[in-house]
Amino acid sequence: MTLAVRARWRRGADFTLDVDLELAPSGVTALFGRSGCGKTSLLRIIAGLERTSDAEVRFRGQRWQEGRHFLPLHRRRVGLVFQEHSLLAHLSVRGNLLYGYRRTPARQRRHHPDAVTVILGINGLLDRRIDQLSGGQRQRVSLGRALLSSPQLLLLDEPMSALDTQTRREILPFFSDLAAHADVPIVLVTHSPDEVQRLADHVVFMDDGRIECVESLKDTLARPDSPLFGNSGPASVLEGRLLAGSGDGLTRFGNDRIELFLQTSQPPPAGTSRLSIQSSDVAISTHRLAGISVLNQLEMTIRQLDRLRPGRVLVTGNLADGQALSAEITEHSAARLGLEHGQRCYALIKSVALLD
Amino acid sequence: MFGLSPADWQAIEVTLRLCFYTTVILLIIATPIAWWLAGGRSPARVAVQAVVALPLVLPPTVLGFYLLIVLGPRGFIGGTLENLGLQHLAFSFEGILIASVIYSMPFAVQPLTEAFNNLGRRPAEVAGSLGAGIIDRFFTVILPLTKGGFVVAATLTFAHTLGEFGVILMLGGSIPGETKVLSVLIYDHAEAMNYQAAHRLSFMLLVFSFITLFLVYSFTRRFEVAKV
Repeated sequence: MTLAVRARWRRGADFTLDVDLELAPSGVTALFGRSGCGKTSLLRIIAGLERTSDAEVRFRGQRWQEGRHFLPLHRRRVGLVFQEHSLLAHLSVRGNLLYGYRRTPARQRRHHPDAVTVILGINGLLDRRIDQLSGGQRQRVSLGRALLSSPQLLLLDEPMSALDTQTRREILPFFSDLAAHADVPIVLVTHSPDEVQRLADHVVFMDDGRIECVESLKDTLARPDSPLFGNSGPASVLEGRLLAGSGDGLTRFGNDRIELFLQTSQPPPAGTSRLSIQSSDVAISTHRLAGISVLNQLEMTIRQLDRLRPGRVLVTGNLADGQALSAEITEHSAARLGLEHGQRCYALIKSVALLD
Repeated sequence: MFGLSPADWQAIEVTLRLCFYTTVILLIIATPIAWWLAGGRSPARVAVQAVVALPLVLPPTVLGFYLLIVLGPRGFIGGTLENLGLQHLAFSFEGILIASVIYSMPFAVQPLTEAFNNLGRRPAEVAGSLGAGIIDRFFTVILPLTKGGFVVAATLTFAHTLGEFGVILMLGGSIPGETKVLSVLIYDHAEAMNYQAAHRLSFMLLVFSFITLFLVYSFTRRFEVAKV
């Protein structure tokens, strides 16, 4: 395993962080929880920003902290991106980007500044002063700066929560590209279910200084009572590619096994995208229906039936490509249709949201 | 020049030497203390803060008296030095240098603490995560971002040391070329009813101090504006 953390840290009179955790070897792991639940504290211990006495951190066989041994921050080679702007104000954009790059031994460098600045769309800003950048540009420079130090682990502390919705939409693709292509494990602190659904592969649920559970995104989405859902109820996340529209104003989404249609004004990004589908927006039919306005009918095999709350049933099935989709229907309908495990049926999807 | 006697010049030389060394030493000592003080609130920090600020409220004679006891031939430090075959520190330039460092400590520590508080820990954390060691971080990030604080600390320390009197009189006496600084010489001149000599030196100090403070305040104002 890659990253193992055990820590007991009393802060003030009424907060104790008490965790013992092993994190996934690759991909994006989200630390999810309300503010004040200790996720940032945990991140700071991993980074070496807090030197607490009762903590152990190991990463890929390297001892970062154990007993009196403490590998200082600058020798851990972690990339940090913070919530608020953390660029060095006395340096230009270029100076910031190269600060870590210059301090990385040539043989450890995995990225070239020219490539990174082009990917992040900041190659035109190199000579700007920091105070001449917008919030989104600042976060992109922070991300580029962290990447150019060729970290072995990227730690993102709510990197998008200080941005407005529009800016977040503009910057999220960079993060999801990064998640998909950077060969570096990422730990993302967030309180936004959207960000988790969009970016994460694994989720660590935290509450009041403790870890409630660690799950893959798939597993947590398959669980009707997942804390990720909050007030809006269960949802499914489908992964696929967006393909350009065919003149009917619709964009195709999916892969060679499944296909959905959606309306979006944005040009399809390269790489994979994710869709979120509220389970309450999905109906079930035992036959493919003609003469219905719903565009998206997907065949699925029922895998699981969960009683949500009185009168409501969550039907979860596997689509043709193996991805899971769930529908929230009434107990009465489930009984009337005689739904059971292993049965084939059609999911009628009334609306989808592109996670961007 | 300026109608100053050789003795006056000697006192000026001793004073400037004392101010220069005090400033250099204090910037080196005060930086880590101020960084630590800016790190948060804890009983230990409050205690250190109070100790550092003591020279602001104590009569200089009290400080000078205790230093005389500690650094003198029978004091803990002075005595140890004598046992090692060295000179004790009372009535010596080294002695008044130590006294100045302690006496001017708040004037170096407080502006730096303030500057570090304003800066916050984030820039240093970022630099560390990008591979910069502690010394590297200090010179490439902290110093450039808090240089205003360093200018203020250095100038105030220098100017305050220039105005020292009581501590030096208690500990250093009035040895020409060794511990006789300007303020002590002015006192001597006045005692000897040599008002004209006293006036020349006093006026020089007055003008010099005003210019220094004027520069510091105009600089801090510009610094604040630049920060916004």
